[in-house]
Amino acid sequence: MSERTEALAATVTAQLPALARVPSLAGELSYVLTPETLLEACRTLRDAPGLKFEMLIDLAGIDYLQYGIDDWQTKSATRSGFSRARLRGAAQPDTSGADRFAVVYHLLSVSLNQRLRLKVHCADSEEPVLDSVVGIWASANWFEREAFDLFGILFRGHPDLRRILTDYGFIGHPFRKDFPLIGNVEVRYDEEKQRVIYQPVSITPRVLVPKVIRHDHRYDPALKDNAGPRA
Amino acid sequence: MSTPSIPEIRNYTMNFGPQHPAAHGVLRLVLELDGEVIQKADPHIGLLHRATEKLAESKPFNQSIGYMDRLDYVSMMCNEHAYVRAIEQLLGVSPPTRALYIRTLFDEITRILNHLMWLGAHGLDIGAMTVFLLCFKQREELMDVYEAVSGTRMHATYYRPGGVYRDLPDSMPKYQASRWRSEKEAARLNEARAGSMLDFIEAFTARFPAAVDDFETLLTDNRIWKQRTVNIGVVSPERALQLGFSGPMLRGSGIAWDLRKKQPYAAYEQMRFDVPVGVNGDCYDRYLVRVEEMRQANQIVRQCIDWLRAHPGAVMVDDRKVRPPSRGHMKDDMESLIHHFKIFTEGYEVPEGETYAAVEAPKGEFGVYLVSDGANKPYRLKCRAPGFAHLAALEEMTRGHMLADVVAVIGSQDIVFGEIDR
Repeated sequence: MSERTEALAATVTAQLPALARVPSLAGELSYVLTPETLLEACRTLRDAPGLKFEMLIDLAGIDYLQYGIDDWQTKSATRSGFSRARLRGAAQPDTSGADRFAVVYHLLSVSLNQRLRLKVHCADSEEPVLDSVVGIWASANWFEREAFDLFGILFRGHPDLRRILTDYGFIGHPFRKDFPLIGNVEVRYDEEKQRVIYQPVSITPRVLVPKVIRHDHRYDPALKDNAGPRA
Repeated sequence: MSTPSIPEIRNYTMNFGPQHPAAHGVLRLVLELDGEVIQKADPHIGLLHRATEKLAESKPFNQSIGYMDRLDYVSMMCNEHAYVRAIEQLLGVSPPTRALYIRTLFDEITRILNHLMWLGAHGLDIGAMTVFLLCFKQREELMDVYEAVSGTRMHATYYRPGGVYRDLPDSMPKYQASRWRSEKEAARLNEARAGSMLDFIEAFTARFPAAVDDFETLLTDNRIWKQRTVNIGVVSPERALQLGFSGPMLRGSGIAWDLRKKQPYAAYEQMRFDVPVGVNGDCYDRYLVRVEEMRQANQIVRQCIDWLRAHPGAVMVDDRKVRPPSRGHMKDDMESLIHHFKIFTEGYEVPEGETYAAVEAPKGEFGVYLVSDGANKPYRLKCRAPGFAHLAALEEMTRGHMLADVVAVIGSQDIVFGEIDR
């Protein structure tokens, strides 16, 4: 498997030097590229011999706003114990960074039986825009509508960029990390108005299990050798 | 006197669903019709959107396995399989062989379950009531297998990272006599349940081909069935690739692509089975493909039973990080108690990285793209649902067809909204 992966990696590098390979698990190939080169690279990936990625199997948006940020500091305990879980939004990192939104394309070649992952970071976090790949893979149509709906990523050249999963007239992009899990509005039937109405949510957000990232010997390979009782 | 004007003929717009029995759930379809001919079909989806992927981001990895069942709620364990595989790939854990065979067994049972549901519902949509009843009779027994192994008939949460939750049970649950069921009736029902679960499944696999023959007798050469499905919703192989089709939809168009063969996972490399392929890419070919898949799945189930009988062993990896300790250990060993507590409260941390794991679910390629930032919860989870790509092609498949054919095409796509809306 890994030999074939390396052979494919060599072909990709030869055909598309603009693609930068990023480390991935064994047997997977992952590349990042800049928004400007996206369309050209995709066309080459689909048509070039040795690549032949005829199918866009998946397209996913990602919001990197809270990447690597945990809820719970476990490094040190105070006299009252460890710190409690913080609610999201208490300490937000700088959101002006260019790398907040990314779109991930999963390509599949049915004829050559190979897969490849492409990742593109949007240049602007305020108004993330990418070129649409609908012209290259027709299946991108709904996938891009979904990424637009959930993350607010715009796709230049998309024939019909409407919301797809959320309600008619929905405000906001729910899969962004700064969108609350409980949402902003709830619906109920109003007896007086005789119709379903929207109102602000009445439940309070809570964290059942805090997000924890541990850096001790169990998880950090660099510390693994030093494990053992401390003198 | 004014000259009589030619009446203006306009297309009209019709709303189909979301509460239509042939909409397979909550599909709202805005159709533009010229007489009875479809000019435009705009599916409005999202009425069952539950933000599963966002919910998963707020929970430890294991707590989302149950959500996977609720995506494609007629092929439950296959969804779990993709999710669990993604976690295993990131953790670098490989389950014991017996667990892989159990997963193969249940993936195929799930395939039969799904195709039975599909055949019944598809038949009912086109007007074949009997098939529906026959399919559900078969389905019931497999539901009992689900219940025996996991405790629930549908949402099993049986697969876990590192294996499966527990080994196959030695006995099947029995019917009890009650006010509604006499002793004699209960004894008759329990006859097939005397042995182990594998005996029960084996008895099923012996009966099942005859049941598929029954379905085929009713449908395959049925004139009405063929009139409703042959040359309806034709997709060429090139378009099928462009549109991101997978599973029976792709194979119906004549492309021999099956992840179980091409990128084998679990124990599929050891299985002998054929991949049926269609020729014309119409609803009828997709029907034939799925029916043959049921027969092949039956074969695989039998092979798994033989292997599982001969090879007892562990069904869960022996890694304290992902496997909860046994109840007995937990009660008298301090270390185990700590492990138990940690696994069920905080969960386990998954190393930073990203991966994509796909399985050949009954409807097509069900993939899970998982990004971890090293925490005990997924950073981003994206479920690639096969039905999403299929439904996106609905307009292309129905344009120029009659209104009644929309129902046939929706049925042949095997739409389930749990996975499309997520």
